[in-house]
Amino acid sequence: MKETGITVPEKPMQKISFVKKNMILVLASLSFICSSVVQANDEVNVYSYRQAFLVEPLFDKFTEKTGIKVNVIFAKKGMAERLAREGKHSPADLLLTTDISRLVELHDRDLLQPYNSEALLDVIPSQYRAKDNTWFALTTRVRNIYSAKRLGNIDINYEDLADSKYKGKICTRSGKHAYNIALVSSMIAEHGNAATLAWLEKFKANLARKPQGNDRGQVQAIHQNLCDISLGNSYYFGKMLANKKQKVWADAVNINFPNQSNRGAHVNISGMGMAKYAPHRNNAKALMEFLVSKEAQKLYADTNMEYPVRTDVKPSTLVASWGQFEADDLPLETIAKHRKEALKLIDQTKFDL
Amino acid sequence: MLLASFGSSSDLFSHLWQTVLPDYIANTLLLGALVVLLSLIFGTLSATFIVHTNVFGKKYLRWLLLLPLAMPAYLVAYLYTDIFDYAGPIQRLLRDSFGWQSPNDYWFFDIRTLSGAAIVISLVLFPYVYMLTRTAFEQQDQNLLRAGRLLGLSAKQSFFKIALPLARPAIAVSASLVLMETLADFATVNYFAVNTLTTAIYDTWLGYGDLAAANALASILMVMILFVVVAEQRARAGKKHQSNRPNQHIEVIKLSFTQQLFISGFCWLLVLSGFLIPFTLLVLMALENSNMSQLMELLNPSINSIEVSFYAATIATCLALVFGLYRRLSTDRWRMVPLSLAGIGYAVPGTVLAMVLLATFGPLDGFINDVADNFGLNSPGLILSGTIFAVVFAFVARFAAIANGTLSSGIEQIPRSVDFAPASLGAGLGKMLRKVHIPMLKPSIWVAWLLVFVESMKELPAVLLLRPFNFDTLSIQIYQLISDEMLEQGALGAILIVLLGLVPIIWLNRSRELS
Repeated sequence: MKETGITVPEKPMQKISFVKKNMILVLASLSFICSSVVQANDEVNVYSYRQAFLVEPLFDKFTEKTGIKVNVIFAKKGMAERLAREGKHSPADLLLTTDISRLVELHDRDLLQPYNSEALLDVIPSQYRAKDNTWFALTTRVRNIYSAKRLGNIDINYEDLADSKYKGKICTRSGKHAYNIALVSSMIAEHGNAATLAWLEKFKANLARKPQGNDRGQVQAIHQNLCDISLGNSYYFGKMLANKKQKVWADAVNINFPNQSNRGAHVNISGMGMAKYAPHRNNAKALMEFLVSKEAQKLYADTNMEYPVRTDVKPSTLVASWGQFEADDLPLETIAKHRKEALKLIDQTKFDL
Repeated sequence: MLLASFGSSSDLFSHLWQTVLPDYIANTLLLGALVVLLSLIFGTLSATFIVHTNVFGKKYLRWLLLLPLAMPAYLVAYLYTDIFDYAGPIQRLLRDSFGWQSPNDYWFFDIRTLSGAAIVISLVLFPYVYMLTRTAFEQQDQNLLRAGRLLGLSAKQSFFKIALPLARPAIAVSASLVLMETLADFATVNYFAVNTLTTAIYDTWLGYGDLAAANALASILMVMILFVVVAEQRARAGKKHQSNRPNQHIEVIKLSFTQQLFISGFCWLLVLSGFLIPFTLLVLMALENSNMSQLMELLNPSINSIEVSFYAATIATCLALVFGLYRRLSTDRWRMVPLSLAGIGYAVPGTVLAMVLLATFGPLDGFINDVADNFGLNSPGLILSGTIFAVVFAFVARFAAIANGTLSSGIEQIPRSVDFAPASLGAGLGKMLRKVHIPMLKPSIWVAWLLVFVESMKELPAVLLLRPFNFDTLSIQIYQLISDEMLEQGALGAILIVLLGLVPIIWLNRSRELS
């Protein structure tokens, strides 16, 4: 027994190399299966931060008109990283994002290329595109303040969120959500770091509950009397009104455009930019021009309840019924520039904890 | 990842350290401890009751207790936060019935807290503990327990003094799996508005744009895990002699009627809250909002989910078998290393793992394409990072720990003497493995395959970032709809994920019952 036992340890390697051979076979066949990465000419590849189903109606229209097939990958985290790692072999042609800071990040990491097109420059106001024409806004959205109908009509500024008369009355999603970070950045641009920190501290003290959920969840909380005031993007109001379960929530609130007597309401954008190494440049250009066409802008306005970036396309009747408003004309790049400071202040006040 | 963490700015680190990081670390440790504790209580108790007592309904409970495994944690979290929230149906009903107006009028537990998160996560993770512990109990050498009985122990005493200590490796493995899953989680704790170390990783990377600092934080997390893995392996070193003689009669502890009532009530509560209630909610949503055309749209995502999960489960199981047997049969000093290293992938958040893979495969793809260009060939494109290869690789890397843990606790149950017997009879190593070890490991191999398959079906963050164009899985479909507050529309897809995960669970259970 003992003697034979000693010989055993020498042998395992045989078995392992046998199994390993099998593994290599499996892996080889696997990579064969997935090697269908051939690029066709009549297509365009989109990396999207926006959910696919929001943009698919637009892409369907585009394919119908041009015969160019649109391939999409949607992800919220790490898209820029993926693009950077793929480098010059990246299949991506066009990037679609929400929130200005992501566009600026793509620009700063040199992942975009300019497109100097009359068709774009003529219709997109200069504050809504990059100076070097690497990114362009497609729609704008306001960071609104929703207030309970029971408060009546109110005139409110973002600064009032720190007013002690709203103690225990305010609900919001995480302070570190992109939309809230952008708002805090705009406060830094207006008031400076110290004042913004003080504002954030008082704002936090006014919260009815720890930041949680999303923009619609806050309106639901107002409907349930948990709070009176919340922050939320404009289009959610339209979306809630169109949803049979959420309509009652929206019916309980007024949508307010803040800071109308001074700098105007904080506005963020959704936008696009052409990938630096886009393999289908012409198709990407065609898609970019289509997305700012009157037809596509109208679709954005009607189905997503956003404000078209083109001034000659009206928002949907519903959105228009919320009234005219003044937008803060702070350059979007400035907002993106203050992003890190904003995040630091939010962490410093332990806003989410 | 470690390499990448070197360029990080100490500035950001000290800022984080002075502000939120201590809270995040405290939350992480507390959440991990609570989830492990609760999962151990739920899992070992139910496994003990099912195997060692005559509780009624155990024939059904035996497999019903596995069902929560098929529920994605983020889905259960979404459903429960929705129901128990202040604005949710339960509190609304209470307010309407009692005329309460505001939160000051009554007390109700706050679901969006650390303990709320711990309870809900435990409800979907305890089946790991249950499954591995039950398997260990059932495969124990009953002669040892009989010997205990002959020496004068009661049935209960022999359970506590013999059966439970013998199951320790399995319990330890499952506890470490539960811990890793909890630490790597982001989506679930996010619904509960609980900030952990994972939150900090995402903040530094996506918010501050400091990938190096994010990597450093992820490394801290991995070191914590490595510590746990090694401690767990140390703790059971030298205590692994077991025998594998399945299908023996197991003596059960006779319970009184009241005891049975309580115990089956406990098990049913776990099945109800971990599976039946959330599943019923999904079915109700689907009945109200779904139609045939939605089902047809889910066909392709279902096939994709099954395809990648099948590959991942098969590869992870084969690798675990090879590494496990290598560790067992080799005398190499470093034989432990592959297993320990492969294990920590489970504790890395899916998105972070995806980043690491992109950082590896991206340049590799570039190199392949450059070489092809040089030889005047057509560029093959991104054959590693742009195909399902990356997705399958990520799943294998992430879930290898599950396969390893399951198989190594199975391997430890094989008595050492078995390694020598065939050789003494003149059989070669290949024949010995084929005729002896692998047949003895069959139950563990199936369990490992099944667990990796089910986990891969549910996985979200890695597949979201690594997938090729137009490649949707069921989890991606659900995620898109959940993140737009439209789970109602995604209910059908959620049901499919659960059902497709149930098929192997039930099949496994049947085939083992028949054998």
